[in-house]
Amino acid sequence: MSAPEMHATQAPVVDLEELQHARAQRRDKIAKWSLPILMLGLAIFLWDRIVVWNEIPHYILPGPGLVIQTLIEDWGMLSDALWVTLKITLMALGVAVVGGVGLAVLFTQSRYFEMAFYPFAVILQVTPVVSIAPLIFIYVDSRLAGLLLCAWIVAFFPILSNTTLGLNSTDHNLRDLYKIYGATRWQRLRYLQLPTALPYFLGGLRIAGGLSLIGAVVAEYVAGTGGIGSGLAFRILEAGYRLNIPRMFAALILIAATGVVIFTFASLLSHALLHKWHESAIKREN
Amino acid sequence: MSDHSLIPPMGQRDELLRMTDVDKVFNGNVEALKNLNLTVNQGDFISLLGPSGCGKSTALRLIAGLMRQTSGQIKWNGGLNEGDLGVVFQEPTLMPWATVEQNAWLPHRLRGKSLDDVRGDIMWALKMVGLEKFQKSYPRELSGGMKMRVSIARALVTQPRLILMDEPFAALDEITRHKLNNDLLMLRDKLKCTVIFVTHSVFESVFLSDRIVVMAARPGRVSAEVSVDAPYPRTEEFRTSAQYAELCRKASDALHGAMNQHGERASA
Ligand SMILES: Nc1ncnc2c1ncn2[C@@H]1O[C@H](COP(=O)(O)OP(=O)(O)OP(=O)(O)O)[C@@H](O)[C@H]1O
Ligand SMILES: [Mg+2]
Repeated sequence: MSAPEMHATQAPVVDLEELQHARAQRRDKIAKWSLPILMLGLAIFLWDRIVVWNEIPHYILPGPGLVIQTLIEDWGMLSDALWVTLKITLMALGVAVVGGVGLAVLFTQSRYFEMAFYPFAVILQVTPVVSIAPLIFIYVDSRLAGLLLCAWIVAFFPILSNTTLGLNSTDHNLRDLYKIYGATRWQRLRYLQLPTALPYFLGGLRIAGGLSLIGAVVAEYVAGTGGIGSGLAFRILEAGYRLNIPRMFAALILIAATGVVIFTFASLLSHALLHKWHESAIKREN
Repeated sequence: MSDHSLIPPMGQRDELLRMTDVDKVFNGNVEALKNLNLTVNQGDFISLLGPSGCGKSTALRLIAGLMRQTSGQIKWNGGLNEGDLGVVFQEPTLMPWATVEQNAWLPHRLRGKSLDDVRGDIMWALKMVGLEKFQKSYPRELSGGMKMRVSIARALVTQPRLILMDEPFAALDEITRHKLNNDLLMLRDKLKCTVIFVTHSVFESVFLSDRIVVMAARPGRVSAEVSVDAPYPRTEEFRTSAQYAELCRKASDALHGAMNQHGERASA
């Protein structure tokens, strides 16, 4: 068979390197999902074996089976608590987004405003929330408002600082262009600065999502009082007093799962908004 | 081709803009421009040619109104209205989150016009640069040359009287640059607009312009002017002609003259 004939058949030419590359990519794709699941399964299995082999009593370390059983048995109480924690977390995140973006916009509109108020934002951020929380619960009557405030303090800063950075990262040539074409402040903000800031904001959102959950949990620990309307953190505390270790684990798993769900959701949102144009969402060919 | 007669020959063109004794000083001691005198006539294709740092961009930014001169005058004949000015920078300077069409919409959009109202203008401008099929693409899907074309379409969309271009093709490969040079001349021929074109390249300036303003550095000023009296339309044949070679030599001499002036001053 001569070379010209091979060309005539128009068979797609795939060289060895490309073939290897394609194979590696397929392997990556499978590993991306299977590996974490496998490792997680392995860890749970090991946990179970360690408990069984060492005959560890369940009030010290319950096995995974018992934890799941508790999760199902106490689901009524735990799901209520989950709902409370989730509500506070999401509300705090919502207020953090509105407050963070709003403040960032004000900062970029007036440098003097930024100079005046940025220090307060930093002070709020660097002071550990556990140390402010008791005071907040003294001054704020409503328990819900207190919890919200604590979670908000923790969550809003990454959104504020990321969005401010983004709003100030506009391309200077584009800025000039807007000036030449006589753009108003509002037009510049809306058509240039906000889109530029979007990827930065979404990065901040991913961090803030996790932080608002942390804030909500910490605030619940500090607030302490139980009864109806108490969240997962309080249930952990309460179960701890009663040495109900399996329930502590069950609540803990719910908190971790909530965090993962929030993070996943923020990542999906990020992908949905950026995949058409942003570098971070573009798959490299090599 | 016959349209070309609508741009009057040099010497018979109306004045568009006159810069008189313009100085620009940065930080109190950097004399970016000193006693710059330049008259731009309607229909001129002027290249500003000069070594790095001689104030070409500064001159352009003054004309665009992005900064004010330290002293001297910039006078527009008949004033500058909205949409009279188009600008192209060295980088395409597109908004990555916006499609080609939305990018070209910008000058109109900033004047409060909806996309539907000016779609005709946008399609016309995209057709001018040969990108009408790419209106819905995002900048990252385009090559460097195509991005530059979008940038030019955006500058054209208001049908400006004056287009300012600051080394627009400097970052492109030679073949693409030649192609865009040809297309730019064709556009200018159709639109009868005035162009001020900043470049480092003697060859590019000779091919494109009818006036080459050679600038010298430290302080930035006009050091010589070379008029390129080769007729338009200019084609690839012009690039290989003896006349082109001769004009390039002339412009090159003027440029070296400008750089030596600077040397003498520095050593004096
Ligand atoms: N905003 C500024 N502040 C201070 N100095 C400046 C500023 N803009 C320009 N200069 C100085 O003015 C001089 C002229 O700059 P300009 O950018 O106009 O030169 P140029 O001819 O466009 O150079 P190039 O070919 O490298 O683009 C340079 O010495 C530069 O350092
Ligand atoms: Mg320059």
